Amino acid sequence: MAPSPTPLLEVRGVSKQFSGVRALDDVSLKLGRGEAVAVVGENGAGKSTLMRIVAGVMRPTSGTILVEGEAVEFASVAQALRQGISLIHQELNLADNLSVSANIFLGREPRRFGMIDQARIDYEARKFMDRVGLDVPPQKIVGTLSIGRQQLVEIAKALSTNARILIMDEPTSSLSEHETQKLFEVVRDLRSHGVSVLYISHRLHEVEELADRVIVLRDGKFSGELSREQNQRPNMVRLMVGRDVSRFYHRTPHTPGATVLSVNQLRTRMFPRQAVSFEIRAGEVVGLAGLVGAGRSELLAALFGVTPAVAGGMILGQLRQPPRSAQEAIAAGIMLAPEDRRHAGLVLPMSVKTNLSLASLQRDQRRGFLNRAAENRVAASMIELLRIKTAGERQVVRFLSGGNQQKVVLGKWLCLDPKLLLLDEPTRGIDVGAKEEIYKLIDELAQRGVAILFASSEMEEVIGLSDRVLVMHEGRISGELGRAELTEETVMQLATGDAHQAERMGA
Amino acid sequence: MGNGKPDAMKPAEAKAPSPNPLPKGEGLTRQAPLAKGETFRRFLPQGAKIWGILGLLVAVCLYTAISSDRFLRVQNVENLVHRTALFGILSVGAAFVIITGGIDLSIGSLVCLVGVLLPNLIAEHGWPVPAGVAAVLLLSVAIGVVHGLLITKMRLQPFVVTLCGLLLYRGVARGITGDMSQGFGVEYKGLRAIATSRLPIFGSSDNVFHLPATTLILIIIAVVAAIFLNKTIYGRYLLAMGNNPEAARYSGINVDRTTLLAYVICSTLAGLGGMLFVLDINAAQPSDFGNFYELYAIAAAVLGGCSLRGGEGSILGVVIGAAVMVVLSNTINLVHPAYQNIEFAIIGGVILIGVIVDELARRLVTARREAVRHG
Repeated sequence: MAPSPTPLLEVRGVSKQFSGVRALDDVSLKLGRGEAVAVVGENGAGKSTLMRIVAGVMRPTSGTILVEGEAVEFASVAQALRQGISLIHQELNLADNLSVSANIFLGREPRRFGMIDQARIDYEARKFMDRVGLDVPPQKIVGTLSIGRQQLVEIAKALSTNARILIMDEPTSSLSEHETQKLFEVVRDLRSHGVSVLYISHRLHEVEELADRVIVLRDGKFSGELSREQNQRPNMVRLMVGRDVSRFYHRTPHTPGATVLSVNQLRTRMFPRQAVSFEIRAGEVVGLAGLVGAGRSELLAALFGVTPAVAGGMILGQLRQPPRSAQEAIAAGIMLAPEDRRHAGLVLPMSVKTNLSLASLQRDQRRGFLNRAAENRVAASMIELLRIKTAGERQVVRFLSGGNQQKVVLGKWLCLDPKLLLLDEPTRGIDVGAKEEIYKLIDELAQRGVAILFASSEMEEVIGLSDRVLVMHEGRISGELGRAELTEETVMQLATGDAHQAERMGA
Repeated sequence: MGNGKPDAMKPAEAKAPSPNPLPKGEGLTRQAPLAKGETFRRFLPQGAKIWGILGLLVAVCLYTAISSDRFLRVQNVENLVHRTALFGILSVGAAFVIITGGIDLSIGSLVCLVGVLLPNLIAEHGWPVPAGVAAVLLLSVAIGVVHGLLITKMRLQPFVVTLCGLLLYRGVARGITGDMSQGFGVEYKGLRAIATSRLPIFGSSDNVFHLPATTLILIIIAVVAAIFLNKTIYGRYLLAMGNNPEAARYSGINVDRTTLLAYVICSTLAGLGGMLFVLDINAAQPSDFGNFYELYAIAAAVLGGCSLRGGEGSILGVVIGAAVMVVLSNTINLVHPAYQNIEFAIIGGVILIGVIVDELARRLVTARREAVRHG
């Protein structure tokens, strides 16, 4: 698998300038046939810019791209596609309402007498689906597939255009552990058939597992390259942040206080047949583990009242039953930082200040009128406390990085003094530096007596942060683990609800 | 959320001496420094639109004034101001609904229903004036509540609900009147004065400008609406919700109640507008009274800076938008009377051009910002 003398793809001294700012500065890389190369770096390091340039989405300010030793210049994605370079976006670009086969051949449908030749589409699609191990009928509607399978549809689509180079932006960010493994199998298989993969990932343990080589970017510059042998997390992190992160997870011993939340036989709308019971104490950090679709988000949504529980009991302070709306939950001191913060956590076109104060407007109101002084105070104190990096409180939230956006979501709640903070995937899509800050913050909040329940698909995070872990499987709590018993294997075993499978996953 | 504890901020601030100390000295810098151009930019999103629509109004006025000596005659100006006030009231109502990301197509039909019902109740059935006025206004409020409930609780689409309203209210108006024109005759001058009276303001004795009373009504409504939208928490909820209803719900905002409120405001103002229109004209033909008024109102709101995607809008802009609609129609009358039968085409064309220019300007700004952000 050593790169052939002429690499399939070479990026030579590429720079990209946006109105005076260097997003990418003299970056070079080589990609051999059948190689999987990961590009890692903090948010804003220039990873996405690099990928977009290679895929023809944007042009470099200077530098060259060579395919099989020949300089090419892409004016469009279509031109890159013709060279066999295919970009798979983080948010998949599929038509949800069409079938798998229709998506694979979208815009290139085989025709017969001017009509779409459905039989041939299904037949041809099957071939590409088999290559990616997509085991559903070609007629299946894409919207009904899991995210993992939808991603395989994207890859099959890329292969159908004779792609030789697959570029993937955070391919596993919304996949479960199981789906991730499946995707890796597919990538390994493609690699052995000479397809090269260039991908971005924030999940360093996955990079350790899959990448033949790792390119590290920092502040738009090439920061280092790691071979298969050197490809370990501490090495990557050091190159990414330019410092050694020895204490990544901040966990000081917490002394849990009185019970804050007790949940009794709660049934969510999604899993009405499964009753869930548990308790959380003040100052406790409880992890909620499980595969995607295990019902973690649904449980959090029920505790927060946005999707009210269908039955069961719940006690928190004055609240004697499950909340029927977010207003009720917030009044009781339950607050949720949702999984999809851009969709449910933030009003993107509005300012940092407006977002920070949105939930506390009612408390601070003056007979229905806005209390500007209180609003300013909330914004200033939260920007300072959470060290939100923003051009000012009037900065539009859309233009903040993922980590700072998440801090705004948290700030919105912290100024209301939560008793129970629910976090759904608190660090998804957030760079390493900001992750560390969020971890620190969780730890500090727990010390101040806030009960924290967080759902995460990142195993390391669950193990690194939690005092206790509740593992969910198909809507029920399949087990609870204290710190002493907490390992990837024990969590995975409970998460899959299948000891045999757990063994495979743990491997 | 009602239990507003004054010390709720405390724990967050008491956190400073944590194992992870904040830079103490710098911590006192309350105001984060603004990026270069930030102070200017903050006026742009709303401000630029106001200037754009105001520019359009001035341009149309200038053109008409130059082309026709009748445009600036006191009586014409009075009439323009008066009509702007009437359409402005409808447009402000439409703006609230549009800000939530919704639409109200029933405005014109509600204008008609109220317009025929008021003289019908008072002049024909001899209801006392206060009872008649209260009845039609209450009916408007009730219609708004029904719209709001159907949209929030039944989850019906605003377009469908109000489209049915458009058909329904006009049909009812024609039904209860037997399709006969309704009016007050020569009676009820006192009531009609609300819409018809003119207050002398300035000018020489033979050329006095009289301010139509309706203008005062619009000014009061616009000021209250602007305060509501910009200074109250409900206005903020409307804007936040219009931009992202999901995030609003997840922030503890009662999205259903806020939406309902917007539809009630819209229908109430439509009812009030209908009342003023019929008091002014003194004749309402059920088959065409208020025809297309919802589209005038929506067009004025859009011209005034409301995005049909929701979450955006300013009351001042909407009122200016209404003025543009009224003046445009006047321009065609005065300058190009031969084109009167294609009035709609001209108005449509002008609005389209305005919206296209606005969209292009917006893209330019966004492209620049995106470029900066990628740095």
